Amino acid sequence: MADMNHHPDGHPASHGHGHGHEDSDEYEDGNAMAGPLSEIFAVDLTSAHGRCANCGITEPVARLRVYTRAPGLVGRCPHCAHVTLRMTRSPDNAWLDMSGTTTLRIPLTTT
Amino acid sequence: MGVVSPGFHGRPRESSRRLPPGQYETHDFPVLSAGPTPRIDREDWEFTVTTETGDRHSWNWAELTSLPSESPTLDLHCVTKWSKFDTSWQGVSLDVLLTGVETAADFVMVSSYGGYTTNLPLEDLLDGQAWIAYGYEGDDIPPEHGGPARLLVPHLYFWKSAKWVHGMRLLTGDEPGFWESLGYHDYGDPWREQRYQGD
Repeated sequence: MADMNHHPDGHPASHGHGHGHEDSDEYEDGNAMAGPLSEIFAVDLTSAHGRCANCGITEPVARLRVYTRAPGLVGRCPHCAHVTLRMTRSPDNAWLDMSGTTTLRIPLTTT
Repeated sequence: MGVVSPGFHGRPRESSRRLPPGQYETHDFPVLSAGPTPRIDREDWEFTVTTETGDRHSWNWAELTSLPSESPTLDLHCVTKWSKFDTSWQGVSLDVLLTGVETAADFVMVSSYGGYTTNLPLEDLLDGQAWIAYGYEGDDIPPEHGGPARLLVPHLYFWKSAKWVHGMRLLTGDEPGFWESLGYHDYGDPWREQRYQGD
């Protein structure tokens, strides 16, 4: 059984049933990135709207298809499956790749 | 009268000698994937090697499986810390595939159906160290484990053993692949625990 508590990004996958023939097409929504992203950004980025660099469709980060059973988190566009957001975590560094997202619109709270 | 303490100063168990630092043994075969599993028909499958001068060598499924094959038994070491011992595969050695490929390249970028990439030194694919595998434990390789064919480079962390392998570009300079461009080690030797850049 895969012990995803040993996941290098420190983010235990919610699918902890590492059977050899499980459906590896499973993914989570973009909220799986909420905790790791909050370590880097002061705001919750899952409500931000990202524009896919491949198909051009804009969706909230929370709607990404996030593959968590991997050496990092891989967020894919829900329309074209292009990789729009990737994160990895080592003991000393967090790595973020947004080259698959052209723009990110982040709602600001005014009080 | 002495007290016997069997094993206290004895040799480490075989499994611990085969376990690189920081790894634990698993008897399952965890499925890790960075995206949806590609489903490739064997009739459509192709493996290509493109040299640094643009020469292209390709094999279809019938051509690959008609080449001399080997049946290595391998220990696998994943960077997410699991290791699996004594896995049985069938495939064609890269020595066979790269015979007759004229190149002065030192590096390889491996690409997969689905878009995954990983980079290695060319010398790590030669001399009996790597295979294009199409059989696992006496059967076809299941799609979730990289079938119909995957690369096997068992002396490096398993992310280098690209699932759904589609081709290789021979390069004169090193370029980072999918995980190597996002903090993971460029080489990935499990015995030196080269997980991340700087390890």
